[in-house]
Amino acid sequence: MKKKAFSSVMTLALAGGLILGGCSSSTGSSGDEKASSGDKTVVKMMHLWPEGSSNAQYTIVDDIINAYEKEHPDVDIQTEILGNEQYKEKIKVLSASNELPDVGITWAAGYMKPFVDGKMFAPLDDIAKEDNFVAGTLDAFSVDEKPYAVPLELNITPVYYNKEIFKKYNLEAPKTYDEFLNVVETLADNGVTPITLGNKDRWTGSMWYMYLADRIGGPEALNNAINRSGSFEDPALVQAAEEIEKLVKMDAFVKGYNGLSNDEAKGYFMNEQAAMYLMATWELPNYTTTPDVSQEFKDKVGYFKFPTYEGGKGDIDSYVGGPGVGLFVSEQSKVKDEAKEFVSYLVEEWGKRSVVDAGVIPATVVDTSNGELHPMYIDILNDLGNATNLTLYADVQMSAGVADVHLNQIQALFGGQTTPEKFAKTQEEALAAEK
Amino acid sequence: MKNVMSNKYVIALYTLPALLLILTLIYIPIALSGYYGLMDWDGIGEMTFIGLDNYITLVQDKMFWTSTYHSFLLAIFSTASLLLYLVISLILASKIKGSDLLRKIYLIPMLLSSVAIAQLWMKIFDPTNGMANRLLEMFGVENTPIWLADPEIALYAIFIPIIWQFAGFYILIYYAALKNVPDEIIEAAKIDGASSFQIAYKIKLPLISGIFKVTIMLAVVGSLKYFDLIYVMTGGGPNGASEVMASYMYKEAFKLNNFGYGSAIGFGLLVIALFMTWLISKLTKSKDDVQF
Repeated sequence: MKKKAFSSVMTLALAGGLILGGCSSSTGSSGDEKASSGDKTVVKMMHLWPEGSSNAQYTIVDDIINAYEKEHPDVDIQTEILGNEQYKEKIKVLSASNELPDVGITWAAGYMKPFVDGKMFAPLDDIAKEDNFVAGTLDAFSVDEKPYAVPLELNITPVYYNKEIFKKYNLEAPKTYDEFLNVVETLADNGVTPITLGNKDRWTGSMWYMYLADRIGGPEALNNAINRSGSFEDPALVQAAEEIEKLVKMDAFVKGYNGLSNDEAKGYFMNEQAAMYLMATWELPNYTTTPDVSQEFKDKVGYFKFPTYEGGKGDIDSYVGGPGVGLFVSEQSKVKDEAKEFVSYLVEEWGKRSVVDAGVIPATVVDTSNGELHPMYIDILNDLGNATNLTLYADVQMSAGVADVHLNQIQALFGGQTTPEKFAKTQEEALAAEK
Repeated sequence: MKNVMSNKYVIALYTLPALLLILTLIYIPIALSGYYGLMDWDGIGEMTFIGLDNYITLVQDKMFWTSTYHSFLLAIFSTASLLLYLVISLILASKIKGSDLLRKIYLIPMLLSSVAIAQLWMKIFDPTNGMANRLLEMFGVENTPIWLADPEIALYAIFIPIIWQFAGFYILIYYAALKNVPDEIIEAAKIDGASSFQIAYKIKLPLISGIFKVTIMLAVVGSLKYFDLIYVMTGGGPNGASEVMASYMYKEAFKLNNFGYGSAIGFGLLVIALFMTWLISKLTKSKDDVQF
């Protein structure tokens, strides 16, 4: 009897494990999955916009796939969807075993380089036409002047803020850094979390640092340090680190930021527990079009440009941002032609739909005159048009190893485990060692 | 039938499938990872043979030894918590009221996937809205900890869900072993006037001593290669404060594109785990395992 009880418990445990294991698998497939695709050409695609967390992007891709399959009855697009971090890792495992999907998503510059060097991505010079894209975006996905992926998004990074919280404490969107510090101080004194930040992911903190570096030292300072025509020990870059230290001491950031993921941190802003949130425009749909977010909250969200620093060299129209992700075609793909055709279709449609469905900013040149677009979307598009500079995310510019040093230093700086001087020195050494 | 079974070729033939499985799934990958450890490889492009360079770097790598130290801390904590599990199973096995229900409660974490457990405890540890700090606030604590973000305590904070996660597993093993102790012996001891503490300490524990060795081994080796909760909850951060051997290996291989070095770390992990297994079986060698 006892034995029986034991074995039934074990069976239950095993079954539970299996069922839950099944649930946690995050693979999905496009709309109506056909069990056997018959004589159809199957094009496999992997992307990183799960229906739940990136609804706007998911819907656009899903619509485009359905339209494409209707126009091309002999093609079957099968998708696999993973969240951001998992996607980044799975794609590496797949490429190590030569099993990349026919079409997939990649980040620009340093991230993409090993794949191109390893001949994993097919050159796309036959389908990517320079004039179709916003100037510079295609370059970020090119190696030796040849594009290996086509850009989908273009992002700048504004500071979103909760207008109602600001109003309650008689605050206005700051234009200068002193005004900004005043906002932070007032909110902190009143027990409101000024800024939410998910610095477990580290690139989130890097954006704060990059902006300060830009406003103090101008757009060249950080870029030069990275491309080795300058140094990371540039006084402006050290000063930017000191400003981060000051912000930390003022309790500017949400409690425990170094242990919160970006998604968790976002929750504080969406629940109105924090007044400000610095994030790229891929967040825009959540404040404009996403049906899951209440209109009441959307109305409370405004944005401002990162304030100028007194005596600093950077101007207010300089942004941290750049092309987000692009589409690649696998060099090993057996259906390369079909994959390329699908990619050019997708990019073109993405450009059109992301404007009509207002939310995502495409990397393609767009016409905003038609349709009723959300005012915040139009404002940001205009800002983008007037941008004097876009600084590509530092960790994307660097190679994986140096980027990791940079990101670790960012976390240490925010966590008070290093000094601004050591912060700069460690990165300078890592960058210098690479050449 | 007897004839067939004593034929050496048949024996070889019958063990072949298992042998093949073990070879392809376990031994060949181990050998391969040792081999990749000799390479400079980003996992995508060409491999270059660099001899023992990776292994030499490994021995000098501070971060590797820090993560090894963290793994050993976890092993010590897990082994120590075996005592707690033992006490719980002794209580459960002694037919107290509600022990049936309690047993099921202890088992629940086993039914959850690690990722779900990680999500659950991340919510509990949330510094502002989390249950842990809300409770502390209720008891009047003002400077509540920032759990996963504080490099001093992040590692220990993760030990809590890990110990919670495996409680059911070990309690189940101990419980099953205790239930196997024949009732007659206990009855006889009771007639002789032994207290329940004496019965537990002098009869039950010696009789199940063989199982201790197994559980200690499981706990230590399991801790050394432990990965999932740490990966999901902190990713080894902040700044390496909760990095363990397996998460460090994963990070080097998959995040930083150092497959060669990652393989070397994996091989180092294997060597350390093998050594510990050997050491424990040496230390816990019992003169005679009780049979009944």
